[in-house]
Formats: sequence, C-alpha cells, structure tokens
Amino acid sequence: MRGAKSAKWVAGAAIIALAATACGGGDDDADKGKGSAKGAVNADGIFSVEVGEPQNPLQPANTMESNGSIVTDAIFSQLVDYDPSGKLEMINAESVDTKDSKLWTVKLKKDWKFHDGTPVTAESYIKAWNWAANIKNNQTNASWFGDIKGFTDVHPEDAKAKPKADAMSGLKKVDDYTFTIELNAPLPYFSYKLGYTVFSPLPESFYADPKAAGEKPVGNGAYKFVSWDHKKQIKVVRNDDYKGLDKAKNGGVIFKNYTTLETAYEDLKSGNVDVLRQIGPKDLPVYRSDLGDRAVDKPYSAIQTIAVAFYTDQFKGIDPKVLQGLSMGIDRATITKTVLQGTREPATGWVAQGVLGFQKDAAGDVTKYDPAKAKALIKEGGGVPGNKISIQFNADGGHKEWVEAVCNSITQSTGVKCATDSKADFQADTNARDAKEVKSLYRSGWVLDYPVNANFISDLFRTGAAGNQGDFTNKGLDAEIKKADSAASLDESVAAYQKIEKELVNYMPSIPLWYYKVNAGYSEKVQNVDYAQDGDPILTQIEVKK
Amino acid sequence: MGRYVARRLLQMIPVFLGTTLLIFLMVYTLPGDPVRGLFGDKGVDPATLARLRHEKGLDLPILQQYWNYMTGIVLHFDFGDQIASGRPVTDVLGDAFPVTLRLAGMAFVIEIVVGIGLGTIAGLRAGRLTDNVVLVFTLLIISIPVFVLGFIIKAVFAFQLGWIDPNVSNDAKWGELLAPAIVLGSLSLAYVARLTRTTMAENLRSDYMRTAIAKGLPKRRIVGVHLMRNSLIPVITFLGTDLGALMGGAVVTEGLFNVKGIGGTIYESIQKREGTTLVGLVTILVLVYLLMSLIVDLLYAVLDPRIRYA
Repeated sequence: MRGAKSAKWVAGAAIIALAATACGGGDDDADKGKGSAKGAVNADGIFSVEVGEPQNPLQPANTMESNGSIVTDAIFSQLVDYDPSGKLEMINAESVDTKDSKLWTVKLKKDWKFHDGTPVTAESYIKAWNWAANIKNNQTNASWFGDIKGFTDVHPEDAKAKPKADAMSGLKKVDDYTFTIELNAPLPYFSYKLGYTVFSPLPESFYADPKAAGEKPVGNGAYKFVSWDHKKQIKVVRNDDYKGLDKAKNGGVIFKNYTTLETAYEDLKSGNVDVLRQIGPKDLPVYRSDLGDRAVDKPYSAIQTIAVAFYTDQFKGIDPKVLQGLSMGIDRATITKTVLQGTREPATGWVAQGVLGFQKDAAGDVTKYDPAKAKALIKEGGGVPGNKISIQFNADGGHKEWVEAVCNSITQSTGVKCATDSKADFQADTNARDAKEVKSLYRSGWVLDYPVNANFISDLFRTGAAGNQGDFTNKGLDAEIKKADSAASLDESVAAYQKIEKELVNYMPSIPLWYYKVNAGYSEKVQNVDYAQDGDPILTQIEVKK
Repeated sequence: MGRYVARRLLQMIPVFLGTTLLIFLMVYTLPGDPVRGLFGDKGVDPATLARLRHEKGLDLPILQQYWNYMTGIVLHFDFGDQIASGRPVTDVLGDAFPVTLRLAGMAFVIEIVVGIGLGTIAGLRAGRLTDNVVLVFTLLIISIPVFVLGFIIKAVFAFQLGWIDPNVSNDAKWGELLAPAIVLGSLSLAYVARLTRTTMAENLRSDYMRTAIAKGLPKRRIVGVHLMRNSLIPVITFLGTDLGALMGGAVVTEGLFNVKGIGGTIYESIQKREGTTLVGLVTILVLVYLLMSLIVDLLYAVLDPRIRYA
C-alpha cells in the first residue's frame, strides 16, 4: 500500500460538517469500500473530486485548509511521506539521517525534476524554506519552521521588527543534492514533520512572481497543474516524468467546486462527480443503501474533544477529579450510535488512531460511562463551581446536535446543569477563544499534522502551544514533554509520549469524546478508492474504469 | 425631463455613499476577523497575523479604511483585493456576475411572460372559474418557501423523471438554468399575476374603456393598447425593483442548484468577513437598483403621457 498523503490539518468548518441529526443504523464494516467489482482500467482516465474553492493562492506554505491542501499535495511532493500505518517512507529524499536528533542530513534523489524541467536540488529546498519562513512574505504556515536554528532572525516575534537575516542559519548546503538542517534543540520526530506540505521545494521561477506562482503552481509532484477556473474547478494531469513511489494510476484529476455537500452527493448519484470526501448530514442515513459497495466508512486520525477554559474563575485550579467525573457522565456509545449515526467511534484516549504510538484505553476508566462513579468523583473533587457548565460551539459546523446530547447526558447522569453556548459561526467561535472569552467548556478537535503521538500531546497541552487555547498549564507535564522531545531516538520519544498520555488522566487537560471516521463514497466510474490518515482520498491510487 | 434625469443621477451619490458605509460598518461589527480566519482552528502565529493585518490596512480605524476603499473605487476604479485569495475583487465579481445576470434575466423573462399572461387572463375573466384557478395557483406559490419549491422541482424532475440534471454545471448552460430560473422567478411571478389581474379588473370598468368599446374598436386593440397601457404602471414599478432583488436575493436558489453566482459570493463573503468583497458587490447592486428605478420612472412617461416631469 503506497502513497498515503501527507499529513496536514483541516480548518474547522470542513471536518466538522459531518455531524448529523436524525437516527439511523450504523454498521461498522470499515474498509468496505475498496471497490469489489474490478473492471478493465483506462490508465489515462480522468476523474473528478468534490472540493470547495481554495481559500488562499496555491503556495505550499500558505495553504492550510483542506480545499487548498488536497490540490497542493497533488502538485508538490516533499522529502518524505507516510504509509497508512504511520511509518515514514522516502519520497524526494534518498535518506534523512541524524545522530543526535539535532543535526539532520538530507540526501536527495538526483533525477527529480520540477514540472518546468529544472532539477530539484538542495537549493530548491533551502531557498523555498527560507522564503516561506521570512516574515516579509506573510506565509500563514511560517511558524512550522520554528524548530530550525535561526528562525527568529527571519521571523521576529514582534511584527514591526525587520528580519535580521534573509536565511536561517540552520540550513546549509553541502553539495547540489545534500543539505543539513540544524535545529534549536533535539527533536527525534522532526523527520516526520518534513512530510507536511509546508516543507515543499520551489522552482526558481517561483520567486520572480510568487503571486502568479500561487495561481499557476509549478511543483515536483505526481500531478502537473493545468488550469484553475476560480470557484468552478482546478484541473491537474499526471506527471509522466514523476520519479516518486506514488506514481499516479490515472490520467489526472479535476477538483470540482461544490457549494454544499448535498449538491455534491446528488451529482455523485447522477454521475457528474466521481469521488466525495464526505457525505452531508442529510444523506448519512441513506448513503449506505444508495451506494452499496461504493459507500466508505473508515476511521482516520482525528479526534473530537471537549476542551476546558482553564483561565475562567470556574475552572481555575479545578480538581481533575471533577473533570474525570464529567467525562464519565457522558454516554459516548449511545451518542455516537444514535445522534451521530455511527459516523464516530468512542475515544479511549487523547491520541487518535493511525499515528505512531497510538494505544488503546490510554485514558483508563475515565472514558467509560458510569453515572454512579461520575457523581462520586465530582463530589470528591469539590463539585463543579456553580453546579452549572456550558459548552461553546459554532452553529455553522453541524455540532449542535451532539453538543446537546452530551449536555443532556451529563445533566442526567451527574445532576450538573449544562447549557449549550452557541456562536453564530466559526469566525465568532475562534474569536471568543482567542480573546479568552469562553465561559466554561468549548468543543475542540484535532486532525493530525504528522503521524506521531507527540502531535496530539505536545502541540495541545504544552504551556504556550498554539493549539492550547484553554491555557492548560502544568510544570511537571511540561518537563516530561521536554524530556520526551530530547529522547535519544524516535522510538524512545514515542514511548515517552505514550507514558505521558497514560498520565494525562491525572490532569484532564481535555475530555476526549470520539475519533472521526471518513463517511464518503464514489461513482461507478472509479475503483480502488481509499482514504489516508488525514481523511482525504489517496488520489494517485484511484483507477478509472474503461 | 433632462433636469429630472440629472437630479436623479445626483441623488445616487448620497445613496451610494450611505449604503456602502452602512455595509462597511455592519461587517466591521460582526465578531471575527478575516485574517484570523485564514489560520483556522489551530491557533495563530501572532507576528504573521499582525503583519497581514497591517499589509491589508485592517489595523486602521474603520472610517479610515472606508475612506481608503472609497477613494480607490472612485479615483482608480480599484475595488481592492480579496483578503483571503488576494484576487482583485473586480475579478471575483466578473466571474459571478455573468452567471447571475443570465439566471436573473431568465427568471425575469419567465416572470414577465407568465406573470402578465396569467394576470391578463384572470383580469379579463374576473370572478369566473379561470380567475379562481389563477388565484389558488398564485396563492400556493406565494405560500411555499423558495427552498421547498426548489427541492420539489429537483425531486420530481431530476430524481424521479430524470429530465434534468439536479445541479447546474460549471458552464451554466441556458438549459440547465431553466429549473433554478423558474424557482427564482416563481415568487415574483405570482405577485406580478396578482397585480396585473387587479388593475386590469379595475380598469375594465373605467370610462375610457366604455368609450373604446362604444367606438366599436376591435377587441385586440381595446385590450392591447387601451387597457394594458394603463394597467401596467404598477406592474412595471414592481418589476423594476424586482430585477435588483433577483440579482441580490438569489442566495437560497443559487445554493440549492450549485450556481456560482452573486448570491453565493455574498453569502461566502459574509461568512469570511470579507468586507471589501461585500462592499464591491453591494455597490454594484445599489447601482443596479438606482438605474432600474430611473428606467421605471422614465417608462411612466411613455406609458402615461399625463405624467410630466417638471
């Protein structure tokens, strides 16, 4: 199995649109949709995928939402990629080695070319990363280069300050096809981060007019860019000179724009689009019977949680037992089965499935439904201040139903009053989170950036981490995270993080709810449709029938 | 007449400034920040955020932003760039407008032909069976919400009968736009029919009609020239403002049929707090409204020579 797509994260509204309303059956035969009837294949066949209009120009370091990254991932290849079990594989790199996890040596494969014919060299990487990290170029993903030595010289923390240098001192060219990366501190899983889109190389032609290059990207990936008809479609065709492992088994892809998931589903049924990334709530109860073998129901590496606003008077210095109690008062099994129609799987820990270091039942009893114990724990911990909580969510993301269900479940089992705190849309929701105005609890979620368990712990619960919007802080945990990050090898680091995950129960930085699943489908025209850890279809593998 | 037109054109200036300022202020007061939205769910890098805001001029006081934007439009015909994609707003509008114009045009034609047709038939036969059938039909259309009607049309003609594709493709061909145009035009169609019917029925009893009949004019001339010309004044007023509404108010219909027009763009711009895109769209819609009401007023003089513009 080749070609799981690079990890990347999805802007809230996209992933969350999955939640559902009515009741319905949910059989659990994951991986059913591998395409049962194999037909003759047209190797040059072109198929279409449902997407939305990319938010930003198609510059790799500027694309963080899912509509853009599915396209940039098709056009750009990075040094490494992951297989579906989360293991690293070399793509553009011959090797990525380190002795001390601090100084990394990258050797490139020598026969790679950009789509314009120029060779992919060490310079293509160094220059691209320095450009993307430079604050002058305003790339939204610039902070990803923060591990590299000299990052603050090109990206000062004060927005008004001028960058001190044009290049990061940590990047050094050895020869045309070798370069070294020096980090600020050891990071055993740094090589895993290199599979993220932001670490793509750029051709020389990019710098002449970066804005135009964002409209007409030239990459080094499995597909070549053809055209972008704004708000309608983006077309890419197979790159015949591609040297990577994930060579396309089809002629190309059309990324078709849809305004709603429902219209996309109608078009799938009438044969106007071939691959969907998700099914809208309205069609979830019927899609399995509509599509039969072509219905997809498969877990991917994302988790839904209820996060705690630790900066509020209510939860400042709260006894973790109270949060344990609230967690045990939630009947995850019933809610996922009824309200969410089997589109989620109850979580048993803080790290999602499909990443290195995932362990079952990491949270122990805390995620099991037990009203009696829940009540006892909350009492032991001194009770919920005010005996009343609220859960904030964005009303445009389809969260309302499950948030209400969770609230009811807590009230019924523990007697703690629970209200929903609805924000009109995603913008207003993030606004309240950034301004630290969340009143009590808020819905939160995390899709993997790279398939290592550190991504679900360090990036969420470390003091000051960007994903730590509830201001959770614990000195002991910070020290352990630091230790895990400086472990001698990747395996040791993963093991250290596994230990940390088991201890999270004593701190309860958030309440894990459930893991996400891909609920999607495809047309009769294509086969071999599978979905990667990030929930996106693996485009290169898809075969178009004759 | 010339002075009247000049005065109407001068009136456009305060209306234009007022509406754009209002929209600007409204978008500004919504919680949420368009640049923050670019970073999504996972937290931001404050330095990049601040720089992006500064570069787009979003850190200036709101009135100064408005001033900069308006001077850009007036002096350089520059509607600014979209915050997220960096595309010029004129490009965005240029993509969306032709589709909406076509859709609104079709809906408008359907509205006029069917609406006035039904209204005339009902008006001429006021109180008879045909009149009652039209009454029930229009009542039905007025009371069904647009999305329900759209859904029914899709369910019957696309899924049951398979006559049409459920959604409009990227080329937005005329044939594909027929179903959304019917849905979009249906509500106004009912109003047009009711308006025409009432004024027709009223005017039938007027003195000049009796005179025309007494003179022994052929029926076609009585109805076509004498009756229609007088009865259409309120209908034209309605139609004029309705064209503006068709262009701006197609959010539901466009979303339902996946039409990539103005309605969807407005919706998306509000969601993403894209003040500049929104103001650009609204400015053009305001111009459409003003122009249409000017044309309507001028048409009055044509239809009824008694109306004079001092």
